[in-house]
Amino acid sequence: MREVAVIGIGHTKFGRWENKTAVELFSEAAQQAMEDAGVEGKEIEALFVGSALGDFGEGQAMIPVHCRANLGLGPIPSTRFEGACASSTVAVRDAWMWVASGAYDLVLVGGTERVLPMGTPLATRTFAMAMHSVYEVPAGLTFPGVFALVARLYSRIYGLPLERLREQMACVSIQNHRHGARNPLAQFYGKYENLKVEEVLNSRMVCDPLTLLDCCPFTDGAAALILCAGERAREYTDTPVYILGTGQGTGGPMALYEEELVKPPSRVFSARMAFKQAGLEPKDIQVLELHDCFTIAEIVALEAMGFFPEGKAGEAVEEGQTEIGGRLPTNMSGGLMGKGHPIGATGASQVCMIVQQLRGEAPKGNQVDPVPERGMVDTMGGAYGTLCHIILGRKG
Amino acid sequence: MRLSSKDYEEGLKKGKLLGLKCLDCGAVTCPPLATCRKCGSSRLEGTELSGRGELMTFTVIRVPPEGMEGPYAVCLVKTEEGPWVMGRLEVPEGAGQEILGRRVRLSGAHVWSDKYSAGERVSPVFSLE
Repeated sequence: MREVAVIGIGHTKFGRWENKTAVELFSEAAQQAMEDAGVEGKEIEALFVGSALGDFGEGQAMIPVHCRANLGLGPIPSTRFEGACASSTVAVRDAWMWVASGAYDLVLVGGTERVLPMGTPLATRTFAMAMHSVYEVPAGLTFPGVFALVARLYSRIYGLPLERLREQMACVSIQNHRHGARNPLAQFYGKYENLKVEEVLNSRMVCDPLTLLDCCPFTDGAAALILCAGERAREYTDTPVYILGTGQGTGGPMALYEEELVKPPSRVFSARMAFKQAGLEPKDIQVLELHDCFTIAEIVALEAMGFFPEGKAGEAVEEGQTEIGGRLPTNMSGGLMGKGHPIGATGASQVCMIVQQLRGEAPKGNQVDPVPERGMVDTMGGAYGTLCHIILGRKG
Repeated sequence: MRLSSKDYEEGLKKGKLLGLKCLDCGAVTCPPLATCRKCGSSRLEGTELSGRGELMTFTVIRVPPEGMEGPYAVCLVKTEEGPWVMGRLEVPEGAGQEILGRRVRLSGAHVWSDKYSAGERVSPVFSLE
């Protein structure tokens, strides 16, 4: 297969967008990406868009069709990807495959979502639709509920008292909110730079043991990328970032994972696929954007991908190992928690944030120094239902 | 033998926890799937579980979805026969980590529907023994 490079990125501000539709948000990000790459619309050969809940958020299905028309692209193949919160990571992976295969040289890929128009009760209902509609949803399972169940189980399986685990979880929130406070694109830009453990522990209880500050927010926003055949990348940019490996894994209802709820096989499988394809190991990754929908989710993800031993990732976060200067700077953009989580846009946003890091263009205070050579994206849709990984590097 | 999700729900309404036993490896699958959760075989026969098990984890949901009233507790139970089952949990207010590992039994059925649920849905309700 051919090498594939990211040659342009675009990203709206994340937060509340009352005056733009998801199609308009995507178009804004896409035009930024095309300008960044120096690519014109008529050169784009296919469009791949992650969109999870447009049907409910705005009564808008077939979002890619309307993005294509709004952007004035040709009548090119335009496809929607739905994998809940991992929708646009899967879109990036498939877009990569179409270029790697030789079918296209230049494609536009990204994601878009408006969650806030739904309000909390409907958003909570629609997020839950990623769970089993008979075996899980009717019991009243919500998304925070999934990770509340995981947190208690994690505490019990690893013999880590829940009070200790909650302090470690609070450190995840503090760190990711600090990064988000420094990122102008983040929902919580300029806020929560110096959260304290007590503030996280004592914020409003959503579902025990998760408080509001253990949870990512509801968010509107979009992100987009231009992927190009590696051999043509330097026609457009001096700073191509190459896709070195991708992986995807699939789960099912929570009950089927049993004890593996604390080390989900779908994530282990997907991450290993990506590492194998890239010819790399966890120790080779220098910056990571992972799916911190809830604080405990970051701890589980760090372990399942092989970065820290089982039961030990919380301690590593507490010690600063996921900060600049530590073993693996993680969620330097603010992650889902600080930057925001517009479901269908999240994966594409994570890829944009790693590209920023590898170009040395991340915001002051968040840029890893020296500029990293290799970074990784981890995105999870549903209760470990869809896992997707992308490994990126400055050298192909 | 095919046991549908509807058959599972009808069983719950009669106080029964229904599942499938694998004719190849003997594992029990509950709630029902088209294949054995352990070996993937589709040679399965219907079986009734005891309804007893161990409380593995739970949470009290305080921000419910549209169409539900909180707070309520959701749990995962490891049944005596092996498979884990999700359901509601009847639990005293203020219960914490100390109740994990307690014995539980099937004590009822929670019936619910909304405009997206394709009709009535039924979930198991478990209580501490």
